[in-house]
Amino acid sequence: MMDRQIRRLGLALLALFVLLFAQTNYISVFAAGRLADNPANSRVLLAEYNMQRGAILARDERTVLAKSVATNGTLKYLRVYPHGSLYGQITGYYSLIYGRSGLELSQNDWLSGTAAELTPQNLVDEILGRPKRGATVVTTLDAKLQRVAASALGNLPGAVVALDPRTGGILAMVGNPSYDPNPLASHDSATQRAAWRTLSKDPDKPLLSPAAQQLYPPGSTFKLVTASAALEAGATPSTTYANPAVLQLPQTTHVLQNFGGEHCLGGAPRITMAQALQVSCNVVFGEIGLQLGAARLVAQARRFGFDQDVPFEIPFAEGQIPDVSTFVDNEPLVALSAIGQASVRANPLAMALVAQAIANGGTEMVPQLVRQVRDSSGRVVKTFSPQVFGNPISAKTAAEMTSMMIGVVQGGTGTAAQIPGVTVAGKTGTAEVPGGNPDAWFVSFAPAQNPKIVVAVIVPNGGSLGSDATGGAVAAPIAKAVIEAALG
Amino acid sequence: MQRVEPEPSRIGTVAAVTLVVLAILVSVGAYVLVVLGETGRTPEGVAGFVAAFGLAYVGAYLVVRRVAPGADPVFLPCAAALAGLGYALVYRLDPDLADNQFYWLMLGLGLFCLTLVLVRDHRSLEPYGYTIGLIGIGFLLLPIVPGLGLTINGARLWIHLGSITFQPAEVAKVLIVISLASYLSAKKDLLASATRRVGPLRLPEPRYLGPLLLAWFASLGVLFVENDLGSSLLFFGVFVVMLWVATGRGIYLAFGVLLFVAGAALGYALIPHVQDRVTIWLHALQPKYIHDLGYQLAQSEFAMATGGIVGTGLGRGHPGLIPYAATDFIYGAAGEELGLLGVTAMLLVYVIVVGRGLKAAVVRQDPFSKLLAVGLSTVIALQTFVIVGGVTRLIPLTGITLPFVSYGGSSLVTNFVLVALLVRVSARDRASPARPRLPKEAEAR
Repeated sequence: MMDRQIRRLGLALLALFVLLFAQTNYISVFAAGRLADNPANSRVLLAEYNMQRGAILARDERTVLAKSVATNGTLKYLRVYPHGSLYGQITGYYSLIYGRSGLELSQNDWLSGTAAELTPQNLVDEILGRPKRGATVVTTLDAKLQRVAASALGNLPGAVVALDPRTGGILAMVGNPSYDPNPLASHDSATQRAAWRTLSKDPDKPLLSPAAQQLYPPGSTFKLVTASAALEAGATPSTTYANPAVLQLPQTTHVLQNFGGEHCLGGAPRITMAQALQVSCNVVFGEIGLQLGAARLVAQARRFGFDQDVPFEIPFAEGQIPDVSTFVDNEPLVALSAIGQASVRANPLAMALVAQAIANGGTEMVPQLVRQVRDSSGRVVKTFSPQVFGNPISAKTAAEMTSMMIGVVQGGTGTAAQIPGVTVAGKTGTAEVPGGNPDAWFVSFAPAQNPKIVVAVIVPNGGSLGSDATGGAVAAPIAKAVIEAALG
Repeated sequence: MQRVEPEPSRIGTVAAVTLVVLAILVSVGAYVLVVLGETGRTPEGVAGFVAAFGLAYVGAYLVVRRVAPGADPVFLPCAAALAGLGYALVYRLDPDLADNQFYWLMLGLGLFCLTLVLVRDHRSLEPYGYTIGLIGIGFLLLPIVPGLGLTINGARLWIHLGSITFQPAEVAKVLIVISLASYLSAKKDLLASATRRVGPLRLPEPRYLGPLLLAWFASLGVLFVENDLGSSLLFFGVFVVMLWVATGRGIYLAFGVLLFVAGAALGYALIPHVQDRVTIWLHALQPKYIHDLGYQLAQSEFAMATGGIVGTGLGRGHPGLIPYAATDFIYGAAGEELGLLGVTAMLLVYVIVVGRGLKAAVVRQDPFSKLLAVGLSTVIALQTFVIVGGVTRLIPLTGITLPFVSYGGSSLVTNFVLVALLVRVSARDRASPARPRLPKEAEAR
């Protein structure tokens, strides 16, 4: 009697087990790929932690910016940054909880050994039973210059960017404040969380590089862009402009003043563009801006990379200038933008690219941090050759700009950057910040006739001189120290 | 019509011993692999480990031979292999828990033997159906007693005596199955025949729906008072299955399903905890829930997905990322390290235990034995389905142990007693000749 039910029950219970088997198949096999890609799945990261991740080196291939060292813990390798905060904003962090940033993020395929170019070496390692190792990333950074730039900046807030004008290769990139990626890479989650809390709560935003990610009014260094636009439009360094004490701005009662309310060059009625750049004459550059018009000024800035997508291996906030439409019926804004105020924004990397194009005969290079990749056996698997970004100015304009910038250092606002035996070309900037001390800037390259290095420096909020700060007094000596180290 | 009577399950001594040796190999092998996978070295004192498991399993086997001759020799190795694998997994997930699990495992084997020694004939339990049932319900209600009950993870299904905590619902499930088998074997004809015609339907007399309603209220009570979704589901499911098997009346099954739906709806409407379970069942992987309510299920799915077909290997995955991996979510942990193949093997062992249990039910002729074997087998099957289905998101998750494998003393010990009863039911009938006589039912035809 009951046996019929028992047999049916047996079939029903078997069906339940078949369902369990089918569902397990679904998760373990059919949906497995999708589940592995889920961003909340930390197992992929854990697998990475059990492999020796490739190192990040300076261009000398001896200075280690980041490496993985074996541990005795459950995670087999610990990511170590031997120089702490010195390269923190370049390497980024490698954190189990907070993921990756900087080069650790953009070069992950190389560092974790998953790039297609590494497949042959991975196969060889597999066959020989060697543990899989990531590839080594060799950067363009010059360890000595990085150190010099950091010590020249000292405790001042700000940033220094040095690059090779011929290749766009970054030689040094220093920011203050920076951060030490080591605690974020810790295997102790409490250490990670504490470090993250401190860094993300810091009002100075140490996780964002002042050299490339934060933005500041570029002030008078932007006159390099305005002057370039004027030269491209047919003016010459000796073109003269009216030199009133103040510039009456159109459509308003406001006036544009020179730095400190001075009258440029002792009040000469007309002065040349070269003279105006040498003493950083706001009134004349306001005039130049008004003569050029918004369209040409904005177009020139964009050709230099402002508001463009400039490729870079780590996050780069390109310079910003308002859209042409913003300037319609607002001519005062054109004059203010021409001297790097109003809504114009930049950082040392953005301004270094402007100087780089000038130093390189008008050809702007893409900034480059990674030079080479070596696989685990030391073989070079990839070399990144320099790339041209564009030609924002002609060779003639570049030469004229260079000679005007030499004048700035030889007899203008940038004399603090003079180096005996080396011709330095530069431009100062002292950007007014509403409600704060001025931002001190210096953008330069040397040797002027055969440029080997471009250096851009910002010291926001006046640095050690507070409200008396100028680009020439605060920023130029820092640039000088870096140039001396590079050429010495 | 003459029916071919199924033979009691008998395999040769060599095969039986081979199964026990296999169970020892699975248990010790899994443990050695865990340590190898984690440290790359064979564990120290592995000989002692082999000796402990070997002696315990062989000892239990000899007891079965001695006190339950003719018993199905498959139950013990299946249970032992699952328990040994469970021990290795628990050790792998939390070595601090492993010592306890080892003692519970040994105690379970001890009680397995003791049950077989004490209960020489399970039918001696039949007259005490009501008493056993009352004790069972008493156990079920124990956690409500103030000062004794303990709430862990929101469910009040524990009691504590000093430092020892215990889940009485686990014991209750065996007692209640015995009691139901006794009650139903006595009342099955009445329950099956008493009908009243309502239109085209032959419905049972309303008063005979009483037991079903009683079981329903008791299950709801467990759900509402103790917040124990898993036990509630298990008790009601086993009750309905046994009632149906005893009476052969599909209408009880239909009523059971209706009451289940009603109970589930009631629980969903009134208990936020139940609503959460349904929400994460449907949406565990959505970004809104994945770090919160759905975290555990998501981690379990990630674990199984990482394991894939062959698994990462014992000791080589990261099942520790799953919260409660050693108890409710041990199937997910097993899925990661043993892969689809490993957990399928586990499922097959349960299928064998359940299938052998039902076979014992078919072989036995008296209704009490049949119902007892059906009830005990169904407990194992439903409990496995409820937890594995929950962990794999086939059904909403209800916290309950995976029989023999999960960490937990009450569950492990009780399941060994449960299997001892199945072994006893499958054993040669002491009161009757070795060859079963022709069944009455067959004669009557």
